[in-house]
Amino acid sequence: MAHLIDRRPNPREKSLGNRQRFLRRSREEIKRAVDKAVNERNISDAGNGGSISIPSRGITEPRFRLSPKHGNRQRVTPGNKEFVSGDTIDKPPSGSGDGSGKDASDSGEGEDDFVFSLSRGEFLDILFDDLELPDLIKSSLKDTTVSEPRRAGYSNDGTTPNLNVLRTMRNSIGRRLALNKGGAARLKELEAEADELCERDDLDISQRTRLAQIYTEIEDLKRRGRRVPFIDPIDIRYNRFERRPVPATKAVMFCLMDVSASMGEHEKDLAKRFFVLLHLFLQRQYERVEIVFVRHTHVAQEVSEEEFFYGRESGGTMVSAALETMLNIQKDRYATSDWNAYVAQASDGDNFSSDTVRCVGLLEDTILPACQFYAYIEILTEAEVSRLALAGNPGKELWRGYDALKTKWANFSTKHVASRADIYPVFRELFARRQREGQL
Amino acid sequence: MSQELLADKKLSSDDRSGLLFDTADWDFQTIQRTYDAIEDIALNDLGLSVYPNQVEIISSEQMLDAYCSVGMPVMYTHWSFGKRFVAEEAMYRKGYRGLAYEIVINSNPCISYCMEENTMAMQTLVVAHAAFGHNHFFKNNYLFQQWTCAEAILDYFEFAKRYIAECEERHGLRAVEDTLDAAHAVMDQSVFRYRRPSKLKVGEIERRKKERRQHEERTFQDLWRTVPQAKQSKETDEDQKELEERKAQLKLPEENLLYFIEKQSPVLEPWQREVIRIVRSTAQYFYPQKQTKLMNEGCATFVHYYIVNELYDRGLISEGTLLEILHSHCNVVFQPEFDDPRYSGINPYALGFAMMQDIKKICEQPDAEDREWFPDIAGNGDWRGTLKTIWANYRDESFVNQYLSPRLIRQFKLFVVSDKSADNFVRIDAIHDEAGYRKVRADLAASYDITLGEPDIQITDVDFRGNRELVLRQTVREGVQVDQSDCTEIIKHLRYLWGYDVSLEGISSEDDSSIFKVTTGEADDKS
Repeated sequence: MAHLIDRRPNPREKSLGNRQRFLRRSREEIKRAVDKAVNERNISDAGNGGSISIPSRGITEPRFRLSPKHGNRQRVTPGNKEFVSGDTIDKPPSGSGDGSGKDASDSGEGEDDFVFSLSRGEFLDILFDDLELPDLIKSSLKDTTVSEPRRAGYSNDGTTPNLNVLRTMRNSIGRRLALNKGGAARLKELEAEADELCERDDLDISQRTRLAQIYTEIEDLKRRGRRVPFIDPIDIRYNRFERRPVPATKAVMFCLMDVSASMGEHEKDLAKRFFVLLHLFLQRQYERVEIVFVRHTHVAQEVSEEEFFYGRESGGTMVSAALETMLNIQKDRYATSDWNAYVAQASDGDNFSSDTVRCVGLLEDTILPACQFYAYIEILTEAEVSRLALAGNPGKELWRGYDALKTKWANFSTKHVASRADIYPVFRELFARRQREGQL
Repeated sequence: MSQELLADKKLSSDDRSGLLFDTADWDFQTIQRTYDAIEDIALNDLGLSVYPNQVEIISSEQMLDAYCSVGMPVMYTHWSFGKRFVAEEAMYRKGYRGLAYEIVINSNPCISYCMEENTMAMQTLVVAHAAFGHNHFFKNNYLFQQWTCAEAILDYFEFAKRYIAECEERHGLRAVEDTLDAAHAVMDQSVFRYRRPSKLKVGEIERRKKERRQHEERTFQDLWRTVPQAKQSKETDEDQKELEERKAQLKLPEENLLYFIEKQSPVLEPWQREVIRIVRSTAQYFYPQKQTKLMNEGCATFVHYYIVNELYDRGLISEGTLLEILHSHCNVVFQPEFDDPRYSGINPYALGFAMMQDIKKICEQPDAEDREWFPDIAGNGDWRGTLKTIWANYRDESFVNQYLSPRLIRQFKLFVVSDKSADNFVRIDAIHDEAGYRKVRADLAASYDITLGEPDIQITDVDFRGNRELVLRQTVREGVQVDQSDCTEIIKHLRYLWGYDVSLEGISSEDDSSIFKVTTGEADDKS
């Protein structure tokens, strides 16, 4: 007899272990491919996983195989149409493939690319491998300052909106049943008896007295019933709430960018990439991430993403205006107790010297103490990089001003970016896992 | 009025008693009912002998899982299975490839996996094909009987999975992975192709020695001592003698590479030897399947074809069901011709099924040609018995050699193409005509001989007193040497297992000349 077994409810993902081992093995190659993909893709889908193709070098399984190119062999093939024995057919010239489809592996040094798709999670995991925002755990997860009401049973007092109808009614029914015990049944019985007596015409005296008795008793019972209220204050229950502390899981990211005439398409594109990466990273760390775009020339304003990246504006450069705008927005909408603030500033480094002093002051006094992390990237052209290096100059105006802050504040970081390929390494460097000794 | 009622009743009772099912949806009762009907035909009509069946319904995801663990319900974990999973999944998700309708495992009880997506008609086909066709073949074919142990195999893989997981825990993922990678590289060369005689008992050896001595004493002729022997230089003589002795001691040459390494490697830890043992046991278990692909599929296809037709003849399935089954049957046994873009070699289902049907015809209605070519079975009338004998006693190569009829050669229009690497043309050696039948048949049979299809690589020497180099040798037949691109990688893997240098030399089988040589030693010198 056959056993029929339904295996469908069995645990899934039986080959998860195999898949993990495979990913681990090809991690290096995948990482390289992912880095490449991020650089090539559009911003809007940079974080969306998808197909990644890697060379199959590290994942080949060599086996002894007979070489198809050497020796003499006989093949038996179906479908003869016109051949007779003794016919000869010229082999196709080498390189054009001999019909067995192996030319695909011959080109490209015999290494087929192995294409497979990564889920968004896997993609980002690899992208952010080893990355961590500085002191993230310490300041945003441990120092909880936000609390949230959570349901915690029932209580006898509270406000009307919190009335728990179900509990209240349950108590009410119970109480009414208890106080009115047997009342309803007795009432029915008496009423039936009264009706029966009333229908008869020939009532004798004892029956008449009985009828009167019944009526008084009915009246009595009804009065008792009326005295038991439908809802008594002792029935009433309210939902009880308790305030419990929860880690702040919200982050706001301020993107500050200089859009003055000195910032060209190239510079903006680089800045964009940096913002995308930061955004992706924050999205993984927090339940909710909001982005505020602040662009500035000599005046600063909050704008939409579209305008931020593609809008045109020209004018001078005054960085402190952007910092002030940002501070105002934070004060109005993103209280430090609820929101983790991250600031990313991109600029070509030009500023008035007097304004730079003002910026440093603002950062030092109000901004840096209030935010989790402040990243400044200075976008240069290749030519500028070499010119600065020749002059023995570490950076441009703003950079020199910020230099002093770097040593004082651990949550402040600055970097130079010159080409698209620099973005990701710079990002990694900025957020690379720090060797924090003696600290968890 | 009453007559009408009667007609109605008859119709509905026909409906009920006749068909096993009449919708595409399946449920467990229907499958069980259909299974019983199929079993009746398989056992009582065809007279098959099968392991007890265990039919398991699985989802497509589980089917993918089963694919990449080589079809086994339990298998140890290794990244290469993950790689297969990723590749298969991508193909499936993109719709390049469908999944198999079933997978069947050579075990006792015989486990068949059926997909939940199958319609009831397909489940019928699958049960007939796998649970009876393949099952009968597994139980009765001599290769499976001799080489595999259906009762123990699931337990063994269970053990292997657990053992490898334990090793990973104790010795680290990396070490286990390296060992498995290396062992997998020579897996195909790690089977015993010929059954070894069982070990003689101690007493037996003593008795034989004594017999041999007595025989020598009896036949001693002093005269022979005076016959002059061919002169040999003393040194080479001694060298030769030592080599012979060593080889005898180590039982060289050895065809089972992993067996030799497991027993003789100077560097392996005990757990590594056990891991190697697991790999070569796995290879050994699958060895018969490689040799009987054509017959196994032919047998299963023939069985399902017979059974579903019989079900229809008995009025148990409807015409629609039969048509649906035949539709997928025809897809399975389709053989594209060589110039068709879909062509990828001879379809084992097509040729296997055609040969089984042909044998049935030869037994029942032979023509003159059949009588000439197959005098022993032509017209014997007992196709059931004949086929069962064939299923039990042949493998692909001998089966084709024995039973491929000229009729099928004509039907498939088979022809032989001879391809010599030295020439810039190929030659048609034989076609489907009187002069060509035997050559076509012999060459087709040879193409199913896996000792010809896989390189013949053996361990010939190991110098335990010198540098301990492990010497491998490929016997190159017809100039077909191993693909050099993988060779260096593989001998590096072997070096890991052996601990000392490894070399592989290709020796021509015609004139013993050396064709190529690769070694790990030289590579080290260069670097």
